[in-house]
Amino acid sequence: MHIPDGFISTPIAAAGIAVAAGSVAYAVKATNKKMGEKQVPLMGVLAAFIFASQMLNFPIIGGTSGHLLGAALASIFLGPWAGVLIMTSVLIVQSLIFQDGGLLALGVNIVNMGIVPCFVGYYVYTGVAWLFHRSKVGLMLGGGLAGWLTVVASAALCAFELALSGTVPLKAALPAMTGVYALIGVGEGLITAAVVALVLAVRADLLQLQKA
Amino acid sequence: MKFKWWHGALILLFLLAILSPIASSFPDGLEKVAEDKGFIGTAVAPFFRILPDYMMPGLTNRAAATILAGLLGVLILFGIGYSLAKLLRTKNET
Repeated sequence: MHIPDGFISTPIAAAGIAVAAGSVAYAVKATNKKMGEKQVPLMGVLAAFIFASQMLNFPIIGGTSGHLLGAALASIFLGPWAGVLIMTSVLIVQSLIFQDGGLLALGVNIVNMGIVPCFVGYYVYTGVAWLFHRSKVGLMLGGGLAGWLTVVASAALCAFELALSGTVPLKAALPAMTGVYALIGVGEGLITAAVVALVLAVRADLLQLQKA
Repeated sequence: MKFKWWHGALILLFLLAILSPIASSFPDGLEKVAEDKGFIGTAVAPFFRILPDYMMPGLTNRAAATILAGLLGVLILFGIGYSLAKLLRTKNET
């Protein structure tokens, strides 16, 4: 869902850069001196995993493909603010080195694919986990639901930005974007739940590190 | 050096990067919507190109070019994530 330059207007792009810059600055403040020893390699692994899996597009119906977003996973493991830093790192590298996602659109992409899904994912996951008393099934269900919702929220936000930019009317963009990404989100939900299940089986302690 | 969990995770990530050439080349969700709704043409080409389309330039074999770009990206992002967390680490925890 990396927005290339040209899809969004300059005011929307500028607003995105402002929101992204402010949030990332706050994220650094919020996470500073809070990272434990265990988090250091975990943050590296998560950033690299999200990059690698974003290269692996899987086909969905209608000649379309999707890939993992990963914001839900990042915030499930390390909390929303560290998640924002991870997603921002991935998006900056993708835009600067791999020309995936526009340079002017970078702020908007950080908002859509980093900030908003990290918070949506974190609170959906912790909410569902709490409802299920942090049972294994509850954590997996929370991960799956968080994965799906983050992708749909991200797509809806993207549709609003395209409409506000005058690129495409909202009544065309919103159903099209949420429709496609509701399907791609199923993949996100399954992968997120599977990673949570895998980590529960081999290193359950890594799921106890997240802080809001 | 003792084998830690994340050494294993890194090996898995390299394997993931090696899988990258089998990724679907269909347009992604946003591209598809842009084609269907007729605004794909408003996209502006990047201002500069380093490794566009996740391919290492100068290689004729597309699969090899994609794998190398993927491995490079995995290393860069592991490095960034690791260093960032190290900078933000708590001082009193051992």
